[in-house]
Amino acid sequence: MKTVAKTGNEAMAFAMKQINPDVVAAYPITPATEVVQIFSQYVADGEVDTEFVAVESEHSALSACVGASIAGGRVMTSTSSQGLALMHEILYIAAGNRLPIVIALVNRSLSAPINIHCDHSDTMGSREAGWMQLYCANSQEAYDSLIIALKVAEQTAVPAIVSTDAFIISHAMERLEVLEDSDVQNFIGEYEPRFSALDLENPKTYGPLDLQDYFFEHKRAQIDDFSKVLETYEKVAKEYAELSGRYYPALEEYKTEDADVAIFTAGSTADTAKEVVDELREQGRKVGLVRMRMWRPLPVEQIKKALTKFKAVAVMDRSDTMADFGGPVFLETRGMLYDSEEKPLITDYVYGLGGRNIKLTDIARVYDDIEQVTKAGKIEKLITYLGVRGEE
Amino acid sequence: MKFDKLMTWKELPAGCLIDEPSTSLRFKTGDWRSMRPLWNSEKCIHCLFCWINCPDSAIKVENEKITGIDYNYCKGCGICAEVCPPKASAIEMIREEK
Repeated sequence: MKTVAKTGNEAMAFAMKQINPDVVAAYPITPATEVVQIFSQYVADGEVDTEFVAVESEHSALSACVGASIAGGRVMTSTSSQGLALMHEILYIAAGNRLPIVIALVNRSLSAPINIHCDHSDTMGSREAGWMQLYCANSQEAYDSLIIALKVAEQTAVPAIVSTDAFIISHAMERLEVLEDSDVQNFIGEYEPRFSALDLENPKTYGPLDLQDYFFEHKRAQIDDFSKVLETYEKVAKEYAELSGRYYPALEEYKTEDADVAIFTAGSTADTAKEVVDELREQGRKVGLVRMRMWRPLPVEQIKKALTKFKAVAVMDRSDTMADFGGPVFLETRGMLYDSEEKPLITDYVYGLGGRNIKLTDIARVYDDIEQVTKAGKIEKLITYLGVRGEE
Repeated sequence: MKFDKLMTWKELPAGCLIDEPSTSLRFKTGDWRSMRPLWNSEKCIHCLFCWINCPDSAIKVENEKITGIDYNYCKGCGICAEVCPPKASAIEMIREEK
């Protein structure tokens, strides 16, 4: 283990180097460009054995990854925003064919208006594609999560997206600890694919037409495989904790034991919110934080257990569903808690779209609001757009 | 893979794949034909042009000799009739209803 200074992108590229995948096919896009730029330098310098495929689009990038994965390779790529949107069609193909490809992703707003900064609309728009999703709060976590996600993906045959917040994490230099190459290799082990198109002794047909008689059965089987991801994740995360000393639960709780109210959010904002929790705690206020790290699959029971102990919860969503009903985390959280006898009052704060800065005072205001909700025993305003001009 | 009855989702192999070769032989695909090749055994010179050009496996061959058309797989594309040497003209396309 050694201590280094790296940005989120450098950390993810370094994790990819230590993973040493068989194939990386990628197309550059701000702010994830550096991940493959740095990685391609590792390839040029002979520091990895990877076949690097420079393609003409993200659609082609993930398509090449699908081919390499069907051939039995350990495969990774990297993208962001519009790039993920262009991959959208192939996301489903990778997941449906059970190809454990891992994407090192940087969360960036989807156009229009065109923007290169952080929100979660790109990955939230891909929730139903059948990929595991991990939202990281800092560079250290991005580095660790790529290694964990690769192992979980390969064990479950479910592909994974590991994401950081554009610029806030991707371009900010942080201190982090990295493992030795050999430790990473021992941890992930040799990849043993369930099938390989290069297995000439056992020829198979990949991706055949599947109509009314079998499509539903194949989807049902995929849903069942997906339901095993959380259990595998917990096991692998604990193994990783033994190796590194860093444990990443699917759902993180911060100072929640005696809290009356909590913010439920993801990404770098969760780390910022911890500062606010600490400050408010010094004032004697019983506030806590729950951070969603895994949002696909949903750690439903953990979320129910964590959130039902509060009187009020403010979800902070960094994207909107365009359903006229707030953000995706809010919508799904309310759905998960519907059957709980004791449930908190839940409000939504859509914030930070297009990289709009989220300040400590903004987060403190959310805590003020939900304490007020608790006092009143009812919600005055269900959905608030936080930090946008023209909004009260 | 079992083909005698429809499998449940729990019986399927991992991934949406067919885990053995040549299973398409069990899937008859000749029933949407509108034109049908008629092969004349007396005119045929057994050059095998039709066999090598058939996009499916509809030309039946035994001991390097054409023995007929397998209508279970023929979709009536007419390539066999097109590539049959004009001097032989052993394959004629006729409407399916005839």
